[in-house]
Amino acid sequence: MSNKILQIVLEGLIMGGIYALISMGLTMQYGVARILNVSHGEFIMVGAFITWMLTTMAGISPLLALIICMPVTFLIGYILHRTLYKKLKDLTPSAGAYEGNAMLISFGLMFIIQSVAQKIWGSSPQGYKYLTFSFKIGKTAIAVNRLFVLFVTIIISVIFYFFLNRTRMGKAIRASSQDPAAAGMMGIKINRVMAICFGIGAILAGIAGSLLSMINNINTSMGMNYTVIALIVVVLGGLGSIPGSLVGGLILGFVGSIVNRIDTSLYMVVFYVLIMVLLLVRPKGLLGR
Amino acid sequence: MNTNISRGRLNAKKIAPPGLSLLALILLSLLPIFVTDYTIIKINSIISFVIIAVSWSIFSGPTGYISLSTAAFYGLGMYASAILGNHLPLPLVMVISGIASFIIALIIGVITLRLRGVYFTIFTFGLVELLRNLILWLEIKFSGTRGRFVPSVDFQQVFYCILGTLAIILLISYLIKRSRFGLALIGIGESEDAAAHIGINTTLVKVLGFSISSFAVGAVGAAMATRTNYIDPGIAFNMLMSFMPVLMAIFGGMSTIPGPIIGAAVFAYLEELLITKVPEYFMIIFGAIMIIAILFLPNGLTGIAGKLFKRRKGAGKNANT
Repeated sequence: MSNKILQIVLEGLIMGGIYALISMGLTMQYGVARILNVSHGEFIMVGAFITWMLTTMAGISPLLALIICMPVTFLIGYILHRTLYKKLKDLTPSAGAYEGNAMLISFGLMFIIQSVAQKIWGSSPQGYKYLTFSFKIGKTAIAVNRLFVLFVTIIISVIFYFFLNRTRMGKAIRASSQDPAAAGMMGIKINRVMAICFGIGAILAGIAGSLLSMINNINTSMGMNYTVIALIVVVLGGLGSIPGSLVGGLILGFVGSIVNRIDTSLYMVVFYVLIMVLLLVRPKGLLGR
Repeated sequence: MNTNISRGRLNAKKIAPPGLSLLALILLSLLPIFVTDYTIIKINSIISFVIIAVSWSIFSGPTGYISLSTAAFYGLGMYASAILGNHLPLPLVMVISGIASFIIALIIGVITLRLRGVYFTIFTFGLVELLRNLILWLEIKFSGTRGRFVPSVDFQQVFYCILGTLAIILLISYLIKRSRFGLALIGIGESEDAAAHIGINTTLVKVLGFSISSFAVGAVGAAMATRTNYIDPGIAFNMLMSFMPVLMAIFGGMSTIPGPIIGAAVFAYLEELLITKVPEYFMIIFGAIMIIAILFLPNGLTGIAGKLFKRRKGAGKNANT
């Protein structure tokens, strides 16, 4: 019994951590840049496949591949925002219209990225072996790669926290999320900050994808599933709230790992019931303003 | 101002749209006499896209609440056809599936449309995924199958059923546009606060609008399912089906009735062409057109046409203003 509980807690922490990373990325993109980026899951997929490619073809350690992944996904996100979304912002008259159109553009991106990835990497599942041995605590076997993933997730979250709360750039980002117009008047280069936020969102997605490739098989259509989960987490924690995403991610991770024990195919249904109840009881989300 | 002056009087401008669409419908209904069976099947799919795009823009066009649940209702319609098709005639199946879609939309609306903003879009986006998982689970658990066979129906009958649905949805769309209800929807889109303050029950209007825009999708799903003889949750709940109407409406221009019709007709044809000619590039082209349409065609094709028309008329009017 106790080893079952340990297994569920550990599984919940690992998946919860990854969900939290993904959703914090989405929150950065929505909370500051006002883009509900539906192609977020595709960045996860790109991160996963870059790691897979570097590991199996170039023989690089997945940890190093993860570090290489970060600037690559950041650049993709940054350039996308600087070109596409900037153009859209200049062309749309109101903030409300921008939000709607930005979301629709990200749908277009989702299709393009997914099918380009399918052209490059095919549509069959891929995977590699990394730290696949395990050790035992009591009677519970724990795989080292899963523990490693948890460890990396915690480190990234801590770095992210300090970046947002202790650096000048973090301050600029927080100011822009509270009031973009006033932040612009204080001399913050608002377009650059938004592009950087979009890029950071892409980094977090890329890291999550990289980590996922260490513990699971990956395929080119995996993104959508994680996009839906990230959206659920973001609503659960409160739109635009970073701590909310963290808490929401962990909750969803735990719920997911409990449901997985009972019936694997039901987890999406359970998440949905959770969201329905939440929207009826507390529409702002758990930690929403 | 123009509309105020001509209210109550019959003029050519006013009866032209319903008259023209009636004429088009009559011509379409005579079509099976003249063209080959293959053309009918093709036209079937084009009309079904027109219905879906028009129903989508009944609610999402004026209010700006983007619904991504089309695939969910379409898939439900397909399942209705698979389960009931052996026992009931197609028109009845379509009605039942339409009513089921209406009720489900009502429930979703009550949960999500009380709130403003993106909650609705997020929820409808995941709805397709939810239904796919749920139905797969139910099928495996209770009926022990992954997929179902759909009883086939004579395609001429399907054609007339779909044509009937088209007539109904065009009529509804036209009536809504002219009614207080339609004005309330537009008001919500322009400023929800102001709409609430002048006494519009915004939640009720939104929920009803969404439900009305969903029932025809369920009906069309039931009719189109008869074209394929096998469905499973993966086929029935295809996410692409949710994006098609959005793209079609944006491409054609969603603030008018002809906009989505033109967009759907152009796109349905384009889809046939691309899928048969370059299937592997279909999604890339689809995404690119979506982005370009949003960036450079904010009011769609009809918007461009309207602009050209206005410019020509405006040249003569300049002296007065």
